[in-house]
Amino acid sequence: MKDTDIKRLLYTHLLCIFSIILSIFIPSFFLENFSILETHLTWLCICSVFVTAVNLLLYLVVKPNASSKRSSLSYKVTRFLKCCIYFLMSCFFFHVIFVLYGAPLIELVLETFLFAVILSTFTTVPCLCLLGPNIKAWLRVFSRNGVTSIWENSLQITTISSFIGTWLGAFPIPLDWERPWQMAIERKYKMCTSLYVCTRHGASHCPQVWPISCTLGATFGYVAGLVISPLWIYWNRKQLTYKNH
Amino acid sequence: MRLGSGTFAACCVVIEVLGVALFLRGFFPTPVRSSSRTEHQAEPPAPEPSAGASSNWTKLPPPLFRKVVIMLIDGLRDDFVFGSKGVKFMPYTTYLVEKGASHSFVAEAKLPTVTMPRIKALMTGSLPGFIDVVRNLNSPALLEDNVITQAKAAGKRIIFYGDETWVKLFPRHFVEYDGTTSFFVSDYTEVDDNVTRHLDKVLKRGDWDVLILHYLGLDHIGHVSGPSSPLIGHKLREMDSILMKIHTSLLSEERETLVPNLLVLCGDHGMSETGGHGASSVEELNTALILISSAFERKPGDIRRPKHVQQTDLAATLAIGLGLPIPGSSVGSLLFPTVEGRPVREQLRFLHLNAVQLSKLLQENVPSYTKEPGFEQFKMSERLHGNWIRLYLEENNSEVLFNLGAKVRRQYLDALRTLSLSLSRQVAQYDIYSMLVGTVMVLEVLALLLLSIPQALSSEAELEVPLWSPVFSLLFYLMFLVLSALHVIVCTSAESSCYFCGLSWLTAGGVMALISALLCAVGSALAKMFADGKFLSKNPAHPKARWSELDVLILLGTMGHVLSLGASSFIEEEHQTWYFLINTLCLALCHEIYRNCFLRDDCEPQQCSHVEEGFVSPAPALQDRSIRCNMLEPHRVSKGPTSLDTLRGYEKWMVLASPWVILTCCRLLRSLNQTGVQWAHRPDLGHWLTSSDHKAELSVLAALSLIVIFALVQRRCSLTSKVAMALGLLGVYCYRAAIGNVLFPWQRDSKDISKGVIEARFVHVFVLGILFTGTKDLLKSQVIAADFTIKTVGLWEIYSGLVLLAALLFRPHNLPVLVFSLFIQTIMTKFIWKPLRHDAAEITIMHYWFGQAFFYFQGNSNSIATVDVSAGFVGLDTYMEVPAMFLTAFATFAGPVLWASHLVSFLSSETSGSALGHACFCYALICSFPVSAYIILVTSLRYHLFIWSVFSPKLLYEGMHILITAAICAFFTAMDQTNTKS
Repeated sequence: MKDTDIKRLLYTHLLCIFSIILSIFIPSFFLENFSILETHLTWLCICSVFVTAVNLLLYLVVKPNASSKRSSLSYKVTRFLKCCIYFLMSCFFFHVIFVLYGAPLIELVLETFLFAVILSTFTTVPCLCLLGPNIKAWLRVFSRNGVTSIWENSLQITTISSFIGTWLGAFPIPLDWERPWQMAIERKYKMCTSLYVCTRHGASHCPQVWPISCTLGATFGYVAGLVISPLWIYWNRKQLTYKNH
Repeated sequence: MRLGSGTFAACCVVIEVLGVALFLRGFFPTPVRSSSRTEHQAEPPAPEPSAGASSNWTKLPPPLFRKVVIMLIDGLRDDFVFGSKGVKFMPYTTYLVEKGASHSFVAEAKLPTVTMPRIKALMTGSLPGFIDVVRNLNSPALLEDNVITQAKAAGKRIIFYGDETWVKLFPRHFVEYDGTTSFFVSDYTEVDDNVTRHLDKVLKRGDWDVLILHYLGLDHIGHVSGPSSPLIGHKLREMDSILMKIHTSLLSEERETLVPNLLVLCGDHGMSETGGHGASSVEELNTALILISSAFERKPGDIRRPKHVQQTDLAATLAIGLGLPIPGSSVGSLLFPTVEGRPVREQLRFLHLNAVQLSKLLQENVPSYTKEPGFEQFKMSERLHGNWIRLYLEENNSEVLFNLGAKVRRQYLDALRTLSLSLSRQVAQYDIYSMLVGTVMVLEVLALLLLSIPQALSSEAELEVPLWSPVFSLLFYLMFLVLSALHVIVCTSAESSCYFCGLSWLTAGGVMALISALLCAVGSALAKMFADGKFLSKNPAHPKARWSELDVLILLGTMGHVLSLGASSFIEEEHQTWYFLINTLCLALCHEIYRNCFLRDDCEPQQCSHVEEGFVSPAPALQDRSIRCNMLEPHRVSKGPTSLDTLRGYEKWMVLASPWVILTCCRLLRSLNQTGVQWAHRPDLGHWLTSSDHKAELSVLAALSLIVIFALVQRRCSLTSKVAMALGLLGVYCYRAAIGNVLFPWQRDSKDISKGVIEARFVHVFVLGILFTGTKDLLKSQVIAADFTIKTVGLWEIYSGLVLLAALLFRPHNLPVLVFSLFIQTIMTKFIWKPLRHDAAEITIMHYWFGQAFFYFQGNSNSIATVDVSAGFVGLDTYMEVPAMFLTAFATFAGPVLWASHLVSFLSSETSGSALGHACFCYALICSFPVSAYIILVTSLRYHLFIWSVFSPKLLYEGMHILITAAICAFFTAMDQTNTKS
C-alpha cells in the first residue's frame, strides 16, 4: 500500500462529496422553488442519481480491482443486470426494515421508498461498483478482518457510518422542532385537558416531515464516512496490512 | 458480612424506594382542602356571633351585586395595565383605575403559572396541587367546591365565552357557552373575535347573572413574539375598548334598575420577558386585578397605588358579592375594599363568614390548629364581634359603637391575613429539604450499586459489605452527628412546612443513620477500588476484552434512554424510544446469528483467541475496566463456539428467521395501540376493534388469542394447572361476554349487560389456585433437595397464573399483546438465547427492554390519562381500595412484570449457580439508573413550563416502577435463596 493509493482514495471521496454538494445547488438553476427541505423528494432523486453516476464514473476511471477475467459483452451485460436487480432488492429490503421500524405501511409509501433508495445509493451502489454482484465477497468484506485493500476498508467505513447516520437521524422525529413550535407549547400548557384537544384536531396541519431527518442523517453519515475513511487509513497505515488473495 | 449479589441488590432497591417516596412526598405537597365537597354541602352558614342577645342574622347575606361580568385576559401582566403600556394603550382602564369607581390590585399567582391551575385557583380560592390531577384521574371536571358550582346551585344563570378549558372544568354549568380552542397559538385575532362577537347580543339581554369572558389572544401573542412586541399594544387597545363597551352597557342598565353591577378585569398569570409562562419570575406571578362597580364610592383626588393581594382572594370576594357561601377549600381572604361602603354590621358579618370558613379549613388541615396565631386572633375577634352586636342591638352610644366596630374590623383583617398565610404555606412550594434527602439516598444507592459491579458479577455472585470495620464506624458516627446537627438547624429555621421535619425524631434519626451508613459504604467501596486499581496497574498484563456489538448497543441504548428523559417531547413519546431500541436489538441479534451461521470459517481463529482471552481474564482483571463493561464480561468464559452448527436443518432455518418474526410481531403490536401525544390521534387497530360495529371481529380475535395463550402456556405446566388454566381462560371470555365487550356465537345482540362479578371471581379463584400450586411446588423443591424439575414447573406455574390474571384484566383488544408477548418469549428462548448462549446480564437487559416496550404496546403512555382504571373493578362489587389499587397497578405494569417473571423462570430452568443473582443485580441496576437520573432532572427542571403536564406524571410512573422493581427483586432473591439451599 502506497501513499499514492491513499491520495487516490481521498480524491475519489472528495469527488463524491462534491457530487452531493452539487446535487443541492445545481437543480435550483433549472427548477423553481427548489430547496432541500421543501421539495425533499426531488432532491432525494437527484442526489441519488448524482451519487450513483459519480460512483459509476469513478469505477470506470479508477478501476480499483481491474481483474476481470472475461470481458465479453454478454458477461458485462448480465453483470450489469445483476447489479440492477441487487440494487432493487436492497431498496425493497431497506423499505421493509423501515416499515418494521415504524414507518407507515400504507401512507407515505413513496417517501419511505425514496428514503430506501437513497440509503441503498449510499451503501449498496459503492459495494456493487467495487465488489460486483458477488455475495461471497460482500460477506468477506463485512466480516471482521476480511478486508483486503484500502478500497474495501473505506467501503466498510462509509457503509457503516451511513447506517449509523440514518439510525441517529431517527432521533429528532419525536421532537417538536420540525413543526410550528407553538403547537407543542399550547398543547402542554393546558395540562390534561390538552389531550382531548389534540385528539380532536390532530396534527393534520403539520407539514410532512417524515423522512427528512433520516435522509439527512444518512447523508451526513455518508459524507462523514467519506471524510473519515481516508484519514483513518492514513493514520493507521502502519498497522494495516492486507493479505493478498 | 458477605451477601449474595441478589440479596444485596434487593436491599438496595428497597432503600431506593424509601428515597423515592420521600422525594415524591416533597415534590407533591398535599393540597389544603376541605373535606366537604359540593354535593353534600348542606351545613347552614355560621350565624352572627352574639354575646347574650340573639341576633336575627343567621342566613347568608343577600348579594351585593346584581350582575357580575368577569373578563379574564390570559397572560395579563400587572404592568400591562398599571405600567406605561397601560397608560398608552388602555386609556379607559387607566381612567377607571385612577379616577373611576374601582379598586385595583396586583394579584399574585402561585406556581405553576399555567392556565388551568390558575382558573381553578381563581374559582375555588384553593391552591390546586398536582395530586388533585391524579385523584380525579380521567375526569377533567372540577369536583372541588367552587364559586361557579355554588352560583349554579343558587340558581344563577351563567354564560361563558372563551377558552374551552372552562367548559371542561365546569361541564353543564353554563346556560350558554362557546368554547374556543387554544390549539393554534399563531392565531391571536380569531380566538378573541369568537368571544367578542357574542357580546353585543348578550349585553342587551337581561337573562343572565354571571358572564365570564376568557380572552386568549394576549397570551398567544406573548408566546409567539414576546411581551415587547407591537402586537401587544394593539391587543391591549382592543381589550380596552371591549372593557369600555361592557362597562358602559352595565352602567346604562344600572340607571334603570338602580342596583349595582360588578365588572372584574383580571389575568390568570403573567408573562415572562421571553413571552412564556409557567415558572416563578415576578413578571409571571404578578397579574392585574381590577374590580369596577358603581357601588365603590370614591372621593375625587383620591389616588391609590394598587395593593398587592393573592389571586386566591378573588373567590371569596366573588362569593360574598354574589351572596354565596365561600368555597370550602378557599384559602383567600375577602378583598375588604369591595365592602367598605357597606354598613359596619354587614362588613363585620362578611369578615366573620370568611374567618369562620378559613378557621374551619385550618382545623381540617393542621392538627395543632389551636396553637396557630391566626386561630387565636380569630377567636378573640369573634368574642369582640359578639360584644359589638350586643351593643348594637341595645342601640348604644354611636361613638362607642363606631370605635369598637373599627377595632373589631382591624382584628378580623389581621386574623384573616394570618390565617390565609398559614394555610397557603402548606402548599405551593416544593419541599426542597425532603426532596434533597430523598435524592441523596437514591444517589448513594446508585453509587453503591455501580461500585459493586465487579464484585457482584464475579462468578461467586457474592460481595463483601463492610459493616463492622472500625474506621467505618468512626466515619459513620461523625457523619451521623453532622447530619443530625444539620437536620436540627434546617428544621428550626425552616419557614415553610416540611414533611421530613414533621416526622418523629426517631424516624428522622433512622434516615440520617441510613444515609451516613450508605455514604460510608460508598466510601469504603471507592477506597477498595482504588487499592485494587493500583495493584492492577503494576501488572498491566491483562488483555483487552472486546465488546460485542450487542454489548455496545445495550450500553448506548441505556445511556441514550436516560439522556432522552431530559426532553419533554421524548418523555411524551417514550414508547418510540423503546420501540426503536428493541428493533435495533433484534437487528443486532440478527447480525450476530448470521455471522455465527455463515462466517464460521472466518471466525474460527478469532473465536479461539476469544476463548483464550476469556480464560486469561479472571475476576481481578475485571476490576479496573470501565464500569459497565464489567457486567457484561464475566460469562464470556463460558461462551465458546456457539451451538448453532449442531442444530438440524429445520431448526437452523427457524433460528435464522426468528429475528424477523419478532420484528414483524413488534410492528403489528405497534399499530395496535397508538400512544403518546403527537401520533395518538392516528387511527389504530385498537380503536377499530373497540368500535361497536366490529364486535364480531373483536370476539373472534379475543377467542383466538385466548386459545393461543393456552397453547403457549400449557406446555410446561402440570396437569392440574393445565385444567385450571383452560377453565380460567374460558372464564375470561365469559366475563368479557357478560360485560358486553364480546359476543358468544349463539348470542345475537347483547341484551343483558351485568358487571360480570361472578365470572370474574371465577377466574380470580383459578388465578389464586394456579399461584398456590406454583408456590407449593416451590416449597416442595426446597424441602426435597436437588429436585430441579419441580422448581422449574413451580416457577412456570406462577408465571402462568400471572398470565391468566393479565388476560382477565386486559381489555379484549389488548389480548393480542399478551399473545405476542408469550410468542416472542418462546421464540427468543428457543432460538436465540439457548443457541447463542448469552450470559445472564445480557438476557436480563433484553428482558427489561422488551418489558418496557410491552408496557407501551399495551397502550400505556407517560400521561396519567391512559391508566385503565376499569381494571381495578374487575370482580369487585364496590370500590375497595387495596384490591382495586393492586389490580390497576398490575394491569398497568403487566408488561414489565410478565417479562421479569419469565426471566426468573427461564434463568432458573436454563442455567444454575450464580445466574439468578447476576440477573437480580442487573435488573436492579438498570431500573434504578433511569430513576436516579430522572429525579435529578426533575429537580433541576422544577420551574419548567411543562413540569405538571409532562414531567410530573412521568415521575409518578417512575416511582411506581421502582416499587414494582423492588417487589420483583425480592422475588428474585427468594428464588435465589432456594437455589443456594438446594
